[in-house]
Amino acid sequence: MARALINVPQQAKPGEIIEIKALISHPMETGFRVGHNGQLIPRDIVQTFICTYDGEEIFKADYSPAIAANPFISFFTRATKSGDIVLTWRGDNGFEASETVHIQVA
Amino acid sequence: MKIGAALCVLLLSVIAVHAAEIATADRKSGFEFMGRDTQAMQTDDTSNPGMLNVLDGGALWERPEGADKKACASCHGDASQRMKGVAARYPAFDATAGQVVDLGQRINLCRRDHQKAPELAYESRDLLALSAFVARQSRGQPIAIADDARSANALMQGRKLFNERMGQLNLSCAICHDDNWGQKLGGTSIPQGHPNGYPLYRLEWQAMGSLQRRLRNCMIGMRAEPFSYGSSEFIALELFLMQRAQGMAMESPAVRP
Ligand code: HEC
Ligand code: HEC
Repeated sequence: MARALINVPQQAKPGEIIEIKALISHPMETGFRVGHNGQLIPRDIVQTFICTYDGEEIFKADYSPAIAANPFISFFTRATKSGDIVLTWRGDNGFEASETVHIQVA
Repeated sequence: MKIGAALCVLLLSVIAVHAAEIATADRKSGFEFMGRDTQAMQTDDTSNPGMLNVLDGGALWERPEGADKKACASCHGDASQRMKGVAARYPAFDATAGQVVDLGQRINLCRRDHQKAPELAYESRDLLALSAFVARQSRGQPIAIADDARSANALMQGRKLFNERMGQLNLSCAICHDDNWGQKLGGTSIPQGHPNGYPLYRLEWQAMGSLQRRLRNCMIGMRAEPFSYGSSEFIALELFLMQRAQGMAMESPAVRP
């Protein structure tokens, strides 16, 4: 599976604003570049990123070919309850990667 | 844009006439010439894309390879202890090779002689990953090139190459990196040209690269024919650059624009 670097707090107080940061290893090949043989290099990008918190979708992003290799994303949410934060990336050629962090809210 | 950059280069070659070495107190890492966003990207290990390669390198460190099925870790153990400060001492004279080698070549000597495994190609993913992993153990350590009579010739050659004019634009490395650092070339700041962050993640490459890849970029900019990967010229230049940055803190894997 693709390597990812995840920065999600494992503990938070109820109502606290937390930052979620994630970086995934991916070439983000645009589909517009020409290879050595003069042929187009086929597009190979991450298409969507989804974050769920205790089963509920809280953040979603659609990616485009203009996004650089190894895309980094960061966003904020409010810690409401203990549960799993699951980050999932899906893309061309059946690409799928997922990371889970358990957050303790008390 | 291209014409603009070429004109700037021409102007530089007219203004700068003498090459004066940078005083120790005035030395600045390439980090200090970057924007705040790029600096933040480098300093946070969860946003520094070079750390992906370090993780790859850590896995390779543990993986048995070659005829004897030995991993780097079988002999060297815990990298955080045993590889600390090592990258800050390379290039260095190597008794086995009988010449000055850089970190990538030293790793390949271990692959060849100690693992009985095929050498890794320059700029290959695996060699960059292993080099980044080893260099990561020196982060914050001062560059410490040994005062070694056996590498004196290479050092002298490196100094000469740095100061000598080359290429169609008739520039030397020193004209930009000693005399005109801090000035602009097109939209980019000219840094002092220190090697303390390599291998590093360059945004323009969207990938990890070695110091030699960076030097090839500068030579192409000078319209000079780049030396080939692993050539004695590049090893000499790398050695001189490290000696010139003696005492500066290692940043590997750094991020550069
Ligand atoms: C025309 C000016 C110019 C010349 C000549 C030049 N460079 Fe550079 N060099 C640059 C610029 C500009 C950068 C930074 C590029 C960027 O950040 O996009 C750079 C970057 C570097 C870096 C990377 C520094 C870091 O912080 O990562 C090194 C090392 C370097 N040069 C060494 C050399 C050497 C050795 C030579 C001679 C072979 C040379 N340069 C010739 C302009 C020059
Ligand atoms: C069979 C044991 C063995 C294995 C396996 C091995 N090495 Fe080494 N390594 C050595 C020895 C011994 C030296 C000292 C130089 C020499 O005698 O060749 C050394 C030296 C080094 C050095 C230079 C250290 C210094 O202080 O200058 C580095 C870096 C290094 N090895 C990295 C690696 C990496 C990376 C791997 C895996 C790809 C590896 N080694 C695999 C035995 C080994």
